[in-house]
Amino acid sequence: MSNKKERIVIIDYNAGNVRSVLFALQRLGIEAQISAEPELIQTADKVIFPGVGEASTTMAYLREKKLDKVIRNLQQPVLGICLGMQLLCTHSEENNTTCLGLIPQNVRLFRPIKREKVPHIGWNRLYDVQGALFDSRQEGEYTYFVHSYFVEKGDYTIASCDYILPFSAGLQKDNFYATQFHPEKSGGLGQQILENFLKL
Amino acid sequence: MLAKRIIPCLDIKDGRTVKGVNFIELRDAGDPVEQAKIYSDQGADELIFLDISATNEKRKTLHDLVLQVAARLNIPFTVGGGITRCEDVSSLLECGADKVSINSAAVRKPELIDELARSFGSQCITVAIDARKTDNGWKVHLNGGRVPTELNLFDWAKEVAARGAGEILFTSMDHDGTKSGFANKTLARLSSMLTIPIIASGGAGKKEHFRDVFKIGKADAALAASIFHYNEIAIPDLKSFLKNKNISVRTTT
Repeated sequence: MSNKKERIVIIDYNAGNVRSVLFALQRLGIEAQISAEPELIQTADKVIFPGVGEASTTMAYLREKKLDKVIRNLQQPVLGICLGMQLLCTHSEENNTTCLGLIPQNVRLFRPIKREKVPHIGWNRLYDVQGALFDSRQEGEYTYFVHSYFVEKGDYTIASCDYILPFSAGLQKDNFYATQFHPEKSGGLGQQILENFLKL
Repeated sequence: MLAKRIIPCLDIKDGRTVKGVNFIELRDAGDPVEQAKIYSDQGADELIFLDISATNEKRKTLHDLVLQVAARLNIPFTVGGGITRCEDVSSLLECGADKVSINSAAVRKPELIDELARSFGSQCITVAIDARKTDNGWKVHLNGGRVPTELNLFDWAKEVAARGAGEILFTSMDHDGTKSGFANKTLARLSSMLTIPIIASGGAGKKEHFRDVFKIGKADAALAASIFHYNEIAIPDLKSFLKNKNISVRTTT
C-alpha cells in the first residue's frame, strides 16, 4: 500500500462517478478529497480526473471553472477515468469537442460493423498491458466499460481491449495516466489498478 | 470479447429485502447490503435493486441504502422503482448508483427518457418493459404488470431506444415465476431489432435457461431473483457451466 499520508484529490465537477471513486479509495484505506479548488488540486500528491457524461458540456464546464488550465499544468501523477481519459486527448467526435490536448490521440464514435451494440456496456478483457499502472495480474482479465466513444490504439496505449475493433483501454503520456474502463467498478482487479496508481 | 452479464435482482421495501434468503453466510436475511456483497463476491456482474416502497418517507431510506451499497460494492448497480422525475435520478446517481431503471413513468410520459438521457447520458438510463402476449400480440403492462396498455412491445421498445435509453430490461410476465426458461423468441426479435443491449428477465429456473437466453435469445445480460436468493443456482457454478458452453462470461479469480 502506498504512503497513506499522501494527499489524493478527486477533481470535483459535474461527473457522475466522483462518489464511486471516493468510495473505491476508502475501501483501500485512503481518505481522498473531492475538490474544484485550483490550489488544492495543484498541491495534491496525486490527482484523479473521473468522468461520466458528455464531452462538450464537460469541457465547457472545465473552461468556465478554469480547471482546464489547472489540469494542463499538473506535474504529479494524474489518473483520468472514462470521459476523464477522453478529455485528456486532443479532440473528440462527441459533438466535435476540442479536449485538453495532453495526449495526442483522437476520440472516435464506435460504428458497428456486424450489428454490435453501442454503447459498449459490460465486462471486457484487457490485453497487452504495460507500464506502472498495470501488472501481469490484469493481462487477459475483465474490467467494466461503459462508453460509446473510444480512443484508437497509438503510441501512448498502455492497455488494449477489443470491441468492434481494437482500441485503447489505457493510455499514458508522462505523468498523465488514463483508463477507458472504470477501475472503481471493476471488482478486485480494478482495486489492483487503483493501488498501482497510488504507488506511483 | 464482451462478456454476457449475470445480474441478480433484489426487491427492496423500506430499506429491506422483500424475501428473506437462506445463505448460510448471511447473518441478517433482510439486509440488502450484506446480500449484495455476497453476490458481488460470488462473481455477479451487476446488481439491480427494485424499490417497491409505497410512500415518500420510506423512499428516503432508499438513498441511505444506495450510499451503503456504493460504499461496499466494487461492481456496478442499477436502482429502479417509482422514479418519475429528473430529480429522483440525480439524487440516486449522486448517492453512487451507476444506472437507474424507469418503467411506468416512461410509458406515461415518454419524453422523460429523452430528458434523462440528455441530462445524465444514455449509459445510465435503463428502461424496464413488462409485457405479456395477448390475442393482439405482445402488450406492455404497467405498475408491476397490474395495468394493461394498448402499447405493442416492439413499437415501444423501438421508441424507447430512439429516445435515448441505454439498455432495455425486458420482463416477460408470461414467463416470470414459471422457472421454465426465458422468452427467447421474443428476446431474439428485440435484440436483432435494436442496437442497444437487452437484459432478459423472467423464467430462469436452471442453468440451461441461461445458455439458451444467450445463444437463442441473443440477450446481452440475464436477470434472475429467486433462483439466486434461494441458492438454487450458485453464480460461480452457473458461470463455469456457461464457459463450458463457449459463452463468454467473466470468471473471477
